[in-house]
Amino acid sequence: MALNDFFSMGGYGAYVWSSYGICAVVLLLNVIQPIIRERRTIRELQKRFSLAKENKSDKHS
Amino acid sequence: MYLPKWLHQFGAPKYFYDLSLCISRWAGIICIICFICGLYGGLVLAPADYQQGDSFRIMYIHVPSAWMSLFVYMVMAIAGGIGLIWRIKLAEIVARSSAPIGASFTFLALVTGSIWGKPMWGTWWVWDARLTSELILLFLYLGYIALQSAFEDRRVAARAGAILALVGIVNIPIIHYSVEWWSTLHQGPTITKLDKPSIHLSMLIPLLFMVFAFKTFYISTLLIRVRSEILEYECNTSWVKQLLGINNGIK
Amino acid sequence: MSEYINIFFIILRRDLMLAFRNKAEFVNPLMFFIIVIVLFPLAFGSDSALLKQLTSGIIWVTALLATTLSLETIFRSDFEDGSIEQFTLSRYPLTLLVSAKILAHWITFGLPLIAISLFTGFILSLPNQTIVALCITLALGTPVLSLIGAITVALTIGLRGGMLLSLLILPLTMPVLIFSMLAIQNATIGQPISAEIYFLAGILVLAMTLAPIATAAALRIRLS
Repeated sequence: MALNDFFSMGGYGAYVWSSYGICAVVLLLNVIQPIIRERRTIRELQKRFSLAKENKSDKHS
Repeated sequence: MYLPKWLHQFGAPKYFYDLSLCISRWAGIICIICFICGLYGGLVLAPADYQQGDSFRIMYIHVPSAWMSLFVYMVMAIAGGIGLIWRIKLAEIVARSSAPIGASFTFLALVTGSIWGKPMWGTWWVWDARLTSELILLFLYLGYIALQSAFEDRRVAARAGAILALVGIVNIPIIHYSVEWWSTLHQGPTITKLDKPSIHLSMLIPLLFMVFAFKTFYISTLLIRVRSEILEYECNTSWVKQLLGINNGIK
Repeated sequence: MSEYINIFFIILRRDLMLAFRNKAEFVNPLMFFIIVIVLFPLAFGSDSALLKQLTSGIIWVTALLATTLSLETIFRSDFEDGSIEQFTLSRYPLTLLVSAKILAHWITFGLPLIAISLFTGFILSLPNQTIVALCITLALGTPVLSLIGAITVALTIGLRGGMLLSLLILPLTMPVLIFSMLAIQNATIGQPISAEIYFLAGILVLAMTLAPIATAAALRIRLS
C-alpha cells in the first residue's frame, strides 16, 4: 500500500495536499490569465485595424 | 545619461517582442522539467523529517514562493527605477507586469505558511516575524496594484508606481527588522524548532529544483504579460499593424 | 544658499498663515483624533486597568489614521490653483517647497497632536515614564508620518477615492508604529528604551533625507 502511504503523508495528507492544490490553482491562473489577455488584445487590435481600413477604403471610393 | 547601444536595442519594444517569445517558451520548458524533478524529489525521494514528519514537504512550495515574493518586488522596484531614469518603456512594462505575479507568490507564501503552521503551532495564524512581514509585503503589492488601476494614462501610472515601489524597497528592510524585533519580544523561542541551520542534501536538492522552477515560471509568465502590454502600448506603430496584418492574411 | 533658506521660510510662513486663516482644515483632524480616543473607553467600558494598557496603543493608531486624513489637503489647493506648477518653472528646487510644506503640516498637526496626547495621558493617569515615552515616540514618529504620507499624497493627488491614500500610507508606516509601541511597552515595565528611540531617530533621518526628493519627483510626474 505504498500509494496509500504516499497520499496520507504520515497523517499530514490534508495539509500537504491542500497547500499543493492551492499552489497549483494559483500558478495555473497565472498562466491562463495572461494568455487569455494576449488573445483578447490581439483580437481587439485586429478588429480596430480592419475597421480603420474599411473606413479608409470607403472614403477613397 | 549614457547607455550602451545594445541595451537600447534590447529595450526597443519591437526587438524585444520577437525575442521574448523564444525566451518565454524555453523558460516554460525548463520550468516544467524542474517542477517534475523537484516534485518527485520532494514528495517521493526525500525522507520524512524526524521532527515534523511529512508536513515539512510544504516547504518545497512555501520557501520558493516566499523567496520569489521578495525577488519579484526587487525586480519591480529596479525596473521601475530604470524606467524612471532612462524612460525605457520596456522597463516600465516589466515593472507593471511583475506586480500581479509577485502578489500571487506572496499570497501563496502566506497561505502555505499558515497551512504549515496549523500542524506545527496548533493554530492557523501565529504572529511570527516572517509571516507578518510577508503580510505587510502583500499590502505593499496590493497598494501598488491599486495605484496602477487608479490612473488612466499607463505611462503616468508606471512612473508613479515606480516611486511607490522604490519607497517600498527602502522600507522593506526596516519592516523586516521591526517585525523581527517585535515578535521576539512577544513570543518565546517556540518557533526556533522550524529554523534548521543544516538541511540534509536529499531534502536540499529538490528545494533547489523548486526554487529554479519558480524562477523560470516567473520569467515565462512575465514575458507573456509583457508581450500583450507591448502590443497595447505600441498599437499605433507600423510594426504592430504589420504584424497583425500578416496574422490576418494567414487567416 | 541663504537665498534658499529665505525662500524656505517664506513658504513656511505662508503655509502657516493659510492654515491659521482656514481654521476648519487644521482643527478637523485634531477633533477626529480626540473623538476617536474618546470612543475607545465607551467601547471597552471604564475598566481602568484594561484602558491603561491600551491607551498608548490607541493614541498611536488614532494618530496614524488622523494623519492620513489631515494629509489629504496638504498639496491640493496649491496643485489646483497652479502654484506648484509655477514653482517648478522657477529656478528653485521643488524639494524646497515640498519640505517647507511638510514642516508646516507637522507644526499645525504633529505638535498639537503631541500636546493632546500628553493631556490625555495625564487625564487617564498613565504612569509618568509611559507618558514620557509616548511623547518622545510621537515627537520622533509624527514627522515620519508626515514625510512618508507626503509622498503618497503627491502620488494620488487629484485621483478620485480617498481610500487609496490610506491603503498606500498605512503599510509604509507600520515600522514606526511597531518601534513606538515597543518603546512604550518597555518604558511601562521600567526597561530602557534607548534602542527603540535610536531606531526611530534613524528612520526619521532617513525619511527627512529621502522623502522630500521622492515627493518632488512624484509631483513632477503628476504635473507632466
